[in-house]
Amino acid sequence: MIAQTKTTKIPSGPARVLRYAGMPIFLAIVCLVLYLWVSSHKLDSIERSSLNAGFITLHLIQHIELTVVSTAIVVVLAVSTGILLTRPFARWATPVVIALANIGQAVPSIGLLVLLAFIWNFGFWPTIVALVAYSFLSILRNTMVGLQQVDRSTIEAARGMGMTKTAVLFRIELPLAVPVILAGIRTALILNVGTAALATFVDAGGLGSLIDRGNRLGRMPILITGSVLTAVLALFVDWVGGVAESILRPKGL
Amino acid sequence: MSFFQYLSVNREYILGLAIGHAVVVAISLAIAIVIAVSVGVLVYRTERAANIVLAIASTFLTIPSFALFGLFIPIFGLGYEPTIVALVFYGLLPILRNTVTGLHSVDPAIVESAQGMGMGAFRRLVRIEMPLAWPVIIAGVRVSTMLLMGIAAIAAVVSGPGLGNDIFDGLSRIGGAGALYQVLDGTLGVVVLALIFDTFFNLLSRLTTPRGIRD
Repeated sequence: MIAQTKTTKIPSGPARVLRYAGMPIFLAIVCLVLYLWVSSHKLDSIERSSLNAGFITLHLIQHIELTVVSTAIVVVLAVSTGILLTRPFARWATPVVIALANIGQAVPSIGLLVLLAFIWNFGFWPTIVALVAYSFLSILRNTMVGLQQVDRSTIEAARGMGMTKTAVLFRIELPLAVPVILAGIRTALILNVGTAALATFVDAGGLGSLIDRGNRLGRMPILITGSVLTAVLALFVDWVGGVAESILRPKGL
Repeated sequence: MSFFQYLSVNREYILGLAIGHAVVVAISLAIAIVIAVSVGVLVYRTERAANIVLAIASTFLTIPSFALFGLFIPIFGLGYEPTIVALVFYGLLPILRNTVTGLHSVDPAIVESAQGMGMGAFRRLVRIEMPLAWPVIIAGVRVSTMLLMGIAAIAAVVSGPGLGNDIFDGLSRIGGAGALYQVLDGTLGVVVLALIFDTFFNLLSRLTTPRGIRD
């Protein structure tokens, strides 16, 4: 199984500036066009009740909360599980996890969300649990692959220098696995932003509420505003993830 | 009523939804394969073009599916059309990426010897490069299949076909008889379909990989 990596070569000079500034500028233009388009419409009372700063900000914040909280939890859980499962006593677990990860990809996110809402409850925390469960495997798999690709002879050399197993883990194995783990975290972040758009169906809000409302009421301005803002948020989050990835990558790798 | 009784009572309805789901995924996959492999073949020789095309495709993949379905409603209306267009978009990247990777991984020495034997660019591509890159391309198709199966469940929002209808129907009837079973059969149905498709592509990959490079 190949780890999901989004490696991008970092160009130099003007291309580098464009790479980092290009996406936010593009997204700002999209938002501006959306704003101008919506303001050129004569909105009826239903549309006005959704397309105002207060309503949109509320759902934007809900969406960001869902994404950030679920990603923070899943990073802690999945990275530590990944470390645990790659220790020598748990080697047998690797093929099981990879098989599970492949099947897990096929579980539809909406099904997972609704099932959890039925079995447990509607609202914020059940949605967080569904998001964590859904993005868990992408980080777990990348953590395991990242740790396993570390050259055995490097580890042995470190052990030979007198480092303890814990020191080897934190000073050799994890730093060398960081790029692959970061790629997994970025994938999880994108999954969470996307799945959080469905949170509206289990009463947890988010920008999906605008899409759903616009669709059910047949109001295109609400539908399009919701869809465009959701897409803009996802692309922005991915951009932040990409920048963080290139900053956090250890020097020399 | 147990879940199995529920399944046997409603088997025709569920089977209908499952077939709709399978058909819409199969059609979208077929279109995505044709587009992604042709684009991959066109761009893989120039690194710049390949990078640009891959960046665009990965941007599409970043857009949440619910948002893309929403954007397609004003353009394509409801039903099959927005579903298939959206699924094709999502299916492109894994196949495209693997086509480029697969064609790049072909040993240049082999291609050069084929050229030395007098093969033209087209014959080299069809007889040497594509067969060698094929297992990697099929692996990309399998990733796309898994992705599309899950995304197709959301298509019920745009009145698309498929098992997502059971999930959303169950949700709207919460508390009603069999509502939980309905959500459960929709969700598990997608997983089962995905496993069937994956097994099919696994077999296809084994059968169509050239004898000389089989494991």
